[in-house]
Amino acid sequence: MRVVLAILAAGAALAVLPWMGASAFAQSFLYLLFHWTVLALSWNILSGYTGYFSFGHGTFFGAGVYGTAYLAGKMDWPFLLTLPASMLVAALLGVALGAIVFRLRSVRGEVFALLTLAVAFVLSTVILNTRIDGGPGIYLIGVDIPRIGPSPAASLYLLGLVACIATLLAAYGVYVSKFGAGLFAIHDDEDVAEVMGVPTYRFKLIALALSSGLAGLAGGIHAVFVSYVTVSETFSITVPLSVVLMSVLGGRRHWLGPAVGAVAITCLLYVVATGSYAVIGRGAVGLILVVVILAMPNGILGVALARLATQRRREPAGDPPPAPVAAALPQAGGVLLSVKGLSKAFKGVQALSEVSLEVRQGEILGLIGPNGSGKSTFINVVSGHYRADAGEIRFEGRDLIGREAHEVARSGIARTYQIPRPFAEMTVIENVAMAGMYGGGKSRGEALADARRHLTAAGLGDKAQWLPDELNLHQRKFLELARALAAGPRLLLLDEVLSGLTPTEIDGAIAMIRRIRDQGTTIVFVEHVMRAVVALTDRIVVLHHGQLIADGPPAAVMDDPVVRTAYLGKAHA
Amino acid sequence: MTLPSLNLLLQSILSGVFLGGLYGMIGLGLGLSWGLLRQINLAHFGFVFLAAYLCYQMSTAWGVDPLLTLLILPPAFFLVGAAMQAGLARFKITPFTSLLVTFGITVMLESLIQWGWTADFRRMASPYAERKFIVGGLFLPVPELITLGLAVVLAFAVWAALRYTDLGRAMRAMSEDAPIAAAFGINQKALSLVLSGVCLALAAVAGICLALTFTLTPTQIFAWVGVVFAAVMLGGLGSALGPLAAGIIIGVSEAVTMVVAAPSWAPIVSFSLLILMLLFRPGKT
Repeated sequence: MRVVLAILAAGAALAVLPWMGASAFAQSFLYLLFHWTVLALSWNILSGYTGYFSFGHGTFFGAGVYGTAYLAGKMDWPFLLTLPASMLVAALLGVALGAIVFRLRSVRGEVFALLTLAVAFVLSTVILNTRIDGGPGIYLIGVDIPRIGPSPAASLYLLGLVACIATLLAAYGVYVSKFGAGLFAIHDDEDVAEVMGVPTYRFKLIALALSSGLAGLAGGIHAVFVSYVTVSETFSITVPLSVVLMSVLGGRRHWLGPAVGAVAITCLLYVVATGSYAVIGRGAVGLILVVVILAMPNGILGVALARLATQRRREPAGDPPPAPVAAALPQAGGVLLSVKGLSKAFKGVQALSEVSLEVRQGEILGLIGPNGSGKSTFINVVSGHYRADAGEIRFEGRDLIGREAHEVARSGIARTYQIPRPFAEMTVIENVAMAGMYGGGKSRGEALADARRHLTAAGLGDKAQWLPDELNLHQRKFLELARALAAGPRLLLLDEVLSGLTPTEIDGAIAMIRRIRDQGTTIVFVEHVMRAVVALTDRIVVLHHGQLIADGPPAAVMDDPVVRTAYLGKAHA
Repeated sequence: MTLPSLNLLLQSILSGVFLGGLYGMIGLGLGLSWGLLRQINLAHFGFVFLAAYLCYQMSTAWGVDPLLTLLILPPAFFLVGAAMQAGLARFKITPFTSLLVTFGITVMLESLIQWGWTADFRRMASPYAERKFIVGGLFLPVPELITLGLAVVLAFAVWAALRYTDLGRAMRAMSEDAPIAAAFGINQKALSLVLSGVCLALAAVAGICLALTFTLTPTQIFAWVGVVFAAVMLGGLGSALGPLAAGIIIGVSEAVTMVVAAPSWAPIVSFSLLILMLLFRPGKT
């Protein structure tokens, strides 16, 4: 709230400048600062927050430029009316692009970056060759600039200011919201985010729409500011590269970072790139970029934030919060999850073949089998990460087939990963809170308070502000558990939580899993540590080559000759 | 839209092949460093232009035959590339930071070029510039033939080196799994230096070809980025023959578009092709 007030106060202070006799030069210089701030911040909402690095910000900026240029310059629309239209055009373009691109798991990282770059070239070619421009560019000198300020230049200055404030508010609003937390989770590990309940596709689309819409707004205003637009200028590589540099320089992980970078680079360019040494000045900017990026890969604010985090870690932890409240004891025996005829193949390898099993309310079901028998695939299919080829999955009577992973998570199923996959750039407590927010449907504040309780229960209470990288394997496994529990699942899928732990650590983990069950969570327990399987499970099912070969009480299953053959092979005699 | 004559069509396909050869040549070094070193080296374009200007300088001011610079510039650029890698290796470089750092280097190179040769257009007057063969009514200009020849020879040389030499095998192993390769005794640091040097030597050759066939101006550096990226992506990162093949496909498709539609429509073909490739690459991640 304080931040919002600060942004508004700064905006109000800047808004009176034209009436205080600020020179035309000062106004246009400040306008350029606003302009680049809007572009860099809006780029960051998609690319910084979610990690979908776009080289196509010029596309949306250009759509805005030409939206206004065409409507105001050729169709004689009033200038102010063209701005929402330009925003809308840019946002729709973004949504259309995202609707295709974000569905594909292969389009991430560099592929996404190049794809956006290519789209910019296609759009610029279309504009150049159609009636929108046609080649000679569009003059906007005759466009009426409404007298918001004391002069036309002041009016543009004020419009830029309004766009800048709106963008700052949007960037900050997203940053502190639950939505923003979801975007950061996508940045760190998109698959895990989805499995934890983040609707990744929709979130990416919204972020892109917001990002491109704001870029379109900046473009619309800028068209009239430069008063003559051409395709080669508008779609030059300058815009996409500058916003990337500004954001990286300032710090992508912080909402204000790109604004810091935008101001720094714009001022730098002004100082060194005017006057008689312009050429050498540009070279100096290049050198500064190289040095800064090598020395501070996380940007100016990134360095500052890291320092802050170390400080916070030194502060003593607060009072241990109360122990978690036990959930109502479950009525034992009812069927919680029923799987019938489940099949899944990968390029000819039948990972699961017509598997049918039931998980009953309140039990710990051991799921065992040799390596490659389909245990992990089973978990991946039930949690919605893979789509089943055939079969039926019902959870509490509801059909789960065809549901996205985030819907499965929200219906009350959580999982852990054999090799822990924490969100690497979030602190331990933020990791756990993510699960509470998305799988558990809690608000950000509730989820954080709740996360503290889960961390204490997992013995990680004093590590809340650490980064996952700083934990050892044992602690990371417990972080996985705490994160799965924070979602408040009714069914917990544990994928080899004990592998790699020492015998003492295993004892601790067994005790904890028992506590989890006693609080009312049903567990499917995939494990190779037989001691733990026998100690914990009420019932065991065995997979072999994707087929279910045994189902029953632990002792009976262990004695089953079929199971022994699967594990040890046939005796030659 | 009128259908062009067969001769015109063939001539433009041919010029597309020549242009594609240059795309492939620039893309060869870029794709190698991208695929094998995991560095997206934007400075590659800057170094191509620097080599072109140096070639121009040697030929125009000192009267050196442009083809002789092939013996001077690539070895010199090899050393520059190795030195650059030696500097970069001290830092943790991700593909994206490499992009930004090399962008900075490109800006520096651009101002260096502008400072040395001004922003004016420069056209190298070489003994080959006006020579051409005429085969069946089609013009085959000598500079373009040299470019295409070098592009083909170098692409196959790199392909063979990667495939059949121990050094090449070691490089491929390193790019697939660096820690494991190191565990098998591959000296990653030394290999990276060599590889980075080779990439810049290739940039130097491409620069000489550029000087032979094009008019130079420093602001043109970024104009090549999009289309060469497209060739590299289409051809496959780290592939030696891919960029050349993709470059020629792009060059021809552009040339045909220029004749059939209008020159200004040319980029749309290659970039639409790139978009489709990126979206529907089968089975790659």
